[in-house]
Amino acid sequence: MILDVQKFITERRPDWEEFEAMLRHLEDDSRKYRFDVGEVRRFHYLYERIAADLTKLSAYAVEPQTRSYLESLVARGFGEMHGNGRRLPLVRSLINLVTAFPQAVRRHFAVFLMVLAIFGTGMVFGGLALALDETAKPVLMPFPHLLGDPSERVAEEEATAADADPMEGSKSTFSAFLMTHNTKVAIFTLALGMTFGIGTGILLFYNGVMIGAVMMDYVLAGESVFLAGWLLPHGSVEIPAILLAGQGGLLLGRTLLFARGRKSMGQRLLEIRGDLVVLTAGVAALLIWAGIVESFMSQYHEPILPYAVKISFGALQLTGLIAYLGLAGRGGENSVRET
Amino acid sequence: MKTSRYNNLVVQTPEGVQFTNQLASPVSRCIALAVDIAIIWTVMSLVGTLVALMQWVSYDFAMAFYTLLYFVFNIGYFILLEMLWRGQTIGKRMMRLRVQDMHGLKLQPAQLVLRNLLRFVDSLPVLYFLGGAFAVLSKRSQRLGDLAAGTVVVRLPELALPVLNELSKNHFNSFREHPRLEALLRQRVPPEEAELALQSLRRRDEIDPIARTRLFRELAAHLRERVKFPEEITASMSDEQYVRNCVDSIYRAAK
Repeated sequence: MILDVQKFITERRPDWEEFEAMLRHLEDDSRKYRFDVGEVRRFHYLYERIAADLTKLSAYAVEPQTRSYLESLVARGFGEMHGNGRRLPLVRSLINLVTAFPQAVRRHFAVFLMVLAIFGTGMVFGGLALALDETAKPVLMPFPHLLGDPSERVAEEEATAADADPMEGSKSTFSAFLMTHNTKVAIFTLALGMTFGIGTGILLFYNGVMIGAVMMDYVLAGESVFLAGWLLPHGSVEIPAILLAGQGGLLLGRTLLFARGRKSMGQRLLEIRGDLVVLTAGVAALLIWAGIVESFMSQYHEPILPYAVKISFGALQLTGLIAYLGLAGRGGENSVRET
Repeated sequence: MKTSRYNNLVVQTPEGVQFTNQLASPVSRCIALAVDIAIIWTVMSLVGTLVALMQWVSYDFAMAFYTLLYFVFNIGYFILLEMLWRGQTIGKRMMRLRVQDMHGLKLQPAQLVLRNLLRFVDSLPVLYFLGGAFAVLSKRSQRLGDLAAGTVVVRLPELALPVLNELSKNHFNSFREHPRLEALLRQRVPPEEAELALQSLRRRDEIDPIARTRLFRELAAHLRERVKFPEEITASMSDEQYVRNCVDSIYRAAK
């Protein structure tokens, strides 16, 4: 069939222009334009006509410009008709996050148990390694302020605290640094899930080794109370947050590795995408809180702040976090997962 | 959905209609990224100047503000702009690129968040080496963030409707002085050949100069065989001009 392209374009052009104008309305999110039923029908009718025009023209290879134009119209129309994503409803997402976060954690609880196993193994390894070979300290916890004798550090910190506020003039900066640094580490831990979870596993194990070694060092030096008072207030939120980021990473790795029925990788990733974003947002919120606590509370020791207060605060906080993750949003697990 | 060897993403709708998106090359994506990074750097430098002034009030507060803003802006720049501008940042706009769902559907906010969070891995070990390597090797030019989020980056086609009369506009056609020969030309040139000549003229600026010269020489020679116009008007006429006159003579009558 020889198509009279000039005539074809002239005749069909009004429909194309009308459809393009409707697309512009839909695509302009700032107007929040919504079609009425008549306009929806007209949009669908024009989409089908233009799709038919494209099919007709596709058989006629010498008109690339018009074909590209029609392809772009069909592509945009297809996205508008079949996609349901609008602009991010920020306020609603933040409110939903309160329940969606613990729901996502519980939905993949088996993965979280795996995270605990890896991290726990690292802690045991780090603790035992330090107990058996104290010279391994620089390797196990390569931070200058942790390499000295714990008892000396405790004495020094308490003496400084007795004289003046050790964080005077730097609380906000330190807090901001902790928030951003820890959030970066958490995102990185999750993102390393793309290495089939291997990178996430290594990072979790390594963090476990460091924390296990630090704890063993202070326990052997008889400074368990200082350790609990120092770590619990912020660690009771910060460490679970990193573990939850690890949960996201291992979830991503597991999704890449295992087919789970006959689903394609794209389908599997689509299913967990919403949960990964919710986990990241929840972890970031926890780390912001942990940063504030670490800067404004954890760095203050006796005599400024009694250890009993710090330990009680940390223990209560941990209990509250466990209760929140275990109980919040129960019964609403089947609601919409994409935020 | 399939990819062709020309680096296109072909999406087939449930209605059986196919449309093609041209995938963005890693180089154009790299340039867009460089532009975006330059913008982030510039904005943060300006903010840094303001923060320096804030230090007079409180050094601690100013530094905390800068640290938080730097972090949020670094991550939020890509996520927010891609949400507001339907998959585009300033760099992508300049390079006429757009993030798009792999299946041609509307982008979900979760997809944009995830693809941008995974920049942390894509940028490893330095300068987006890992993400770049994946983009080069991947069939759909996807970096790791795109793979996880189910997105691709496409080149935006020119959306202009074809102009029908651009060839005869402001153009003097000496063949019009010979209406009998023009009629003969219309009779002897089949529609396929006329269309071929028309498309050659429309796309002439996209053709390499040497190939363009050769193409119009062959077309003109072919058209000269169909009808011979008087020597005095064709002697000083270029091959391209000859073809252009022929096309005008054929299509002018068809309107």
